[in-house]
Amino acid sequence: MLKIENLTASAGGKQILKGISLAVNAGEVHAIMGPNGSGKSTLAQVIAGHPGYEVTGGTVTYEGQDLLEMDAEVRAQKGIFLAFQYPVEIPGVSNAYFLRAAYNEIRKARGEEEVDPMEFLDVMTEKLKIVEMTEDMLQRSVNAGFSGGEKKRNEILQMAVLSPKLAVLDETDSGLDIDALRIVAEGVNKLKRPDNATVVVTHYQRLLNYIVPDYVHVLAQGRIVRSGGKELALELEERGYDWLLEAAGATA
Amino acid sequence: MTAHSKYRELFEAAVHGAAAKDWLPKLKIAAIEQFEAVGFPTTRDEDWHFTSVTPIAERTFRPVKLSATTLTSNDIARFTYGQDDWHLLVFVNGRYEPALSNFAELDAEAQVMTFSEALKEAPELLAERLGTLAPAKQAFTALNTAFMADGVVIRVPKDIALETPIHILYVTDAHANNASLHPRTLVIAEHGAQATLIETFASIGSGTYLTNHVAEVVVGDNARVDHYKVQREDGNAFHVGTTQATQGRDSIYHAFSFATGAQLSRTNVYSRLLGSNAEVRLNGLYALEEAQHADHQTFVEHIAPACSSREVYKGILDGTSHGVFNGKVYVDPQAQQTDGKQTNHTLLIGDGARVDTKPQLEIFADDVKCTHGATVGRLDDMAQFYMKSRGIGAERTRALLTYAFAAEVLELIELEPLKVALEGLLFERFIPPDSV
Ligand SMILES: Nc1ncnc2c1ncn2[C@@H]1O[C@H](COP(=O)(O)OP(=O)(O)O)[C@@H](O)[C@H]1O
Ligand SMILES: [Mg+2]
Repeated sequence: MLKIENLTASAGGKQILKGISLAVNAGEVHAIMGPNGSGKSTLAQVIAGHPGYEVTGGTVTYEGQDLLEMDAEVRAQKGIFLAFQYPVEIPGVSNAYFLRAAYNEIRKARGEEEVDPMEFLDVMTEKLKIVEMTEDMLQRSVNAGFSGGEKKRNEILQMAVLSPKLAVLDETDSGLDIDALRIVAEGVNKLKRPDNATVVVTHYQRLLNYIVPDYVHVLAQGRIVRSGGKELALELEERGYDWLLEAAGATA
Repeated sequence: MTAHSKYRELFEAAVHGAAAKDWLPKLKIAAIEQFEAVGFPTTRDEDWHFTSVTPIAERTFRPVKLSATTLTSNDIARFTYGQDDWHLLVFVNGRYEPALSNFAELDAEAQVMTFSEALKEAPELLAERLGTLAPAKQAFTALNTAFMADGVVIRVPKDIALETPIHILYVTDAHANNASLHPRTLVIAEHGAQATLIETFASIGSGTYLTNHVAEVVVGDNARVDHYKVQREDGNAFHVGTTQATQGRDSIYHAFSFATGAQLSRTNVYSRLLGSNAEVRLNGLYALEEAQHADHQTFVEHIAPACSSREVYKGILDGTSHGVFNGKVYVDPQAQQTDGKQTNHTLLIGDGARVDTKPQLEIFADDVKCTHGATVGRLDDMAQFYMKSRGIGAERTRALLTYAFAAEVLELIELEPLKVALEGLLFERFIPPDSV
């Protein structure tokens, strides 16, 4: 589904990703772990098409197409979804309007009929349950004044509404208490299908107790320094990252 | 012949021999004399630094001829926000139209009169109050006073709260072309009284005309007045408006200015806080396109102690339009514990658009909290990427964010149906119809 080969990227004149290779197939859950500043969010943003990052080398193919050629909205329409580490507040645009606009764009791209506000409300009623949110959040502006936990749940709600093929969750667990974490994780698990894939970016092992990965990759200083199964996450939990960085001989 | 002596001639023709009560011609004569003395302001005048009124001064706008209109309720329905139960006073080309108006069943003892009625029914009220808040010192106020023909007088007696908003609708059509209109509003909210007033300026068909409006608003002790102004003049028109309020102890005055019309407009909103613990909120939105120019000047005079003032103005400037915001605050030596806050945010969309924003604080008391902030910017990149990452296209994203920028300030409108109607206007304007 997604194939990243030797990807390098920079921002503000600084090289951040220094040759990433990664293959994600339908039905798989990948975890990307690593210390702060290692480039996890950069990788996620590059996949989503953030124009602030310059891809300086390598290729990314998504369903056989050159992903890097596509604008961010086209990627979303083709089924890529990024749950932001820092969801953006958009005062003045209601969640309901925003979600329906996105939903309809994606339906249009799939050749499906657009829905009107009434039909959309039915869709929402069902999806809100997944993240245990109530209808009144639909009238609020997108993320504006939301608590940290509400913002993260709103990301999962959007994911539920847009039902992506490839979801990248960037530290959706950070800053969540255990209840919120459970809600978010269960949300992700409910949305899992054999024909979609999930990339979970996380700093801590904690989330992986709920969302069990097939593969774990450790990112350090812009490179994947180790890949393994879910037991790698437990090892990292126990031993920290330092031994890996040393073993990999990774230096700036 | 200079611009102002032309107006002297027009004045002689219009007012000479008018059978009005003594005080009124006197007031008017003093006003035209004042206008002659000061003339139209120029950009050398500090208060008019960013706005040239040359396009007004070089034309001669004759006072509009008052004649009955052929417009019907259907024609004006689109300007009434779908509110059939509001009190409605309609002026077409400066003339009051009883057939289009409806303000029966006013709450107890409250008075809503046209100017001509007030001259008959409450001349002493008019004589005592008119021109006291907005003395004919500035050129345009002087011109209004000299030429005012009709307008509205509202008196809300002690402790009466008017539940139903009063909407004054000024409509022009092709008959107003090349003419000037000088509507006048006088509002007196007595001790503990409450009223909501909407003044809408709109046009049907196009024309180059001048609306020069003056409103005087007395907000008594403990009284509250919500005053909304919606300026949707024709794109060829000129609009100058001055609202001058005075506030008593514990009063609230909320003025909102929505301005999308006119080729050149200037809106002055002034309040003098004369009683302690009073609160004034001056908010507004201007959304301009092409070569439109809109200038807002606010002036809050903190005379009494412990008053608060809040100002939020936003502008959206497309094309080569020009927005001006000048927020003046004066804090008297006696006005301790003044709490003032002013913000002006402008969104530049057009490459040739421009804004001049100028806070102006004069503070003579020491125990005072006064802040101001201004931003001028383009659409937020983070928000744009966030929306696109959800599949929403670039154009639609820009439209939605522009709408959102404007809609945020409309949240300050407490009159729900008006808020919804203005949101609707902005929505239509900014969101491409095929993409809803
Ligand atoms: N837009 C940017 N401009 C400049 N430097 C950036 C930008 N985004 C990230 N960086 C830098 O790149 C490195 C990796 O950041 P990031 O991808 O956010 O790491 P992580 O998500 O793993 O914590 C950090 O040193 C960060 O400061
Ligand atoms: Mg990160």
